[in-house]
Amino acid sequence: MRYLRLLGIFWTAAAAARMEYRAAFVVAIFASLIETAGKLFGVYLFYSSGFELGGWPWQEALLVFGFAQLVDAFFLLFFVPNLRRISEMVQDGTLDFVLLKPVDSQFWVSVQKLDPVGLPYLLLGAALLGYAGWASGLEVGGWARLAFAGTGAIFLVYALAFLLATTSIWFVKIFNVVHFLSSLIWSAQYPVQAYARPFRIFLTFVLPVYFMTTAPAELALGRAAGVAPWAMFLVALALFGFSRAFWRFALRFYTSASS
Amino acid sequence: MAAPAVLAEQLSKTFLVAEKDPGFAGTLRHFVRRRYRRIEAVRGVSFEIAPGEVVGFLGPNGAGKTTTLKMLTGLVQPTSGRARVLGRDPYRREAALLRNLTLVMGNKQQLIWDLPVLDTLRVNAAVYEIPWAEAERRTAELAELLEIEGVLRQPVRKLSLGERMKAELLASLLHRPRVLFLDEPTLGLDVNAQLAVRRFLKAYRERYGATLLLTSHYMADIEALAERVIVIHEGRLLYDGPLGGLVERFAPFKEVRLVLARPAAAATFARYGEVEEAGGLRVRLLVEKERLTAVVAELLANFELRDLSVDEPPLEEVIGRVFAKGAV
Repeated sequence: MRYLRLLGIFWTAAAAARMEYRAAFVVAIFASLIETAGKLFGVYLFYSSGFELGGWPWQEALLVFGFAQLVDAFFLLFFVPNLRRISEMVQDGTLDFVLLKPVDSQFWVSVQKLDPVGLPYLLLGAALLGYAGWASGLEVGGWARLAFAGTGAIFLVYALAFLLATTSIWFVKIFNVVHFLSSLIWSAQYPVQAYARPFRIFLTFVLPVYFMTTAPAELALGRAAGVAPWAMFLVALALFGFSRAFWRFALRFYTSASS
Repeated sequence: MAAPAVLAEQLSKTFLVAEKDPGFAGTLRHFVRRRYRRIEAVRGVSFEIAPGEVVGFLGPNGAGKTTTLKMLTGLVQPTSGRARVLGRDPYRREAALLRNLTLVMGNKQQLIWDLPVLDTLRVNAAVYEIPWAEAERRTAELAELLEIEGVLRQPVRKLSLGERMKAELLASLLHRPRVLFLDEPTLGLDVNAQLAVRRFLKAYRERYGATLLLTSHYMADIEALAERVIVIHEGRLLYDGPLGGLVERFAPFKEVRLVLARPAAAATFARYGEVEEAGGLRVRLLVEKERLTAVVAELLANFELRDLSVDEPPLEEVIGRVFAKGAV
């Protein structure tokens, strides 16, 4: 309960801080709306011709794209601002204040910031998933699996992003990992079956791209072949567990910026 | 005897610090292969602080004060030795301990830069599970003591340095910690703000019986608040005892101030003691205690004086000599 209250307070404060600079906020929201509209237009051009992508009918491939947009929205809403903040806190030593609070420090540094500019992307992701699910003829069980798998995908990307952010304890300025994660999400926009076999293997076993969008879509659609898509929850849990252990380990090397 | 509120037992901390040569060639070498130097920031420091005690922690820049505070607050793991605060290992960061301590740093702040102070207080009230009505009552009480009632609704970035420091103290003490670690809390503040912070810390300690470990470069802070001082230099403990004892031990001299009737050359006074200030009508000498009576008698006999006073030397001077000497 305390953590839920904290979440509310953090997000209100973060939104208030962002909205303190009115012109910058309005311009950023306007820019994100334009970009969202551009993306929607791109989707229309790409998917309205009724083609098949790696054996996926267009409406099912759109579901994969929708998951990618959902993950990207969370990335912009939470992961980018918090990744940046973790790096800043290590650099200027203000991580000290977080470590001195009787609150889980990983929780604090993961959710402290929120960038409302990511909201239009979240709406786009939700709308695309809704439309693609409807076009694919999802039934109640399918929608439930979609919600469950979507949560798992977000959790998985969070754990991956946090693992990379934790390295800032040693490398301090690691904000560039945002570009790496961004390209990971970009490559997850299409079903992995659309890629050539070597890439497919790489995007499943080396980078967890398959588990980010294709596996959730397969689960929602009931296309699941064997246990492979269900492994996304295992991967997400393993990455999350690892991220917690890695954070605790990294703090042993935290020297706190000198005064 | 009550268990100590703070205990440091042979605390040591060694850091590896990267070194880089200047210029582009140095940058390339630094990029390809880093060279590290081992720095022993703190070496076997031991002390105990009783509950309710106020201790001044002194040392020049780089002496190891902040590193010691960071080990005592659990931010940094000691290389060796043992730290205990309220009987617990601070490095374990147990909630029960974190609810009872605070660290205030003059050069870092937890306040949310773009929002009013009250927003940071809301966060802290939720963190420490203080009901908002109670948090408001405590805020009013502390704000009155700090004289910042009027600025709590202003964005932090619009506050003066003094107001920010006071607000930082308010945010750090909202949960009424029993142990306060204060690292240069008056850094960069003007005289009035320094006085206000000192008055506040004194009042807080009296009201809540808190234990304070305070570092400061302003001796007035230490003189106003601490009965006991710990001095460290190059990571080693040099002195631990009453403030008066520090002067006794490291300053075997008295300060003699003269106001002359007629100007005299500075060199004239060299035979009486160390000339700290001379030229014009005012002279300040440091005279060894055992020679004091004889020197005063000679000065009265040899010069026409308008005034003569004998006092303890300023604490800054004593500390400066301790650090210059570097060893007991």
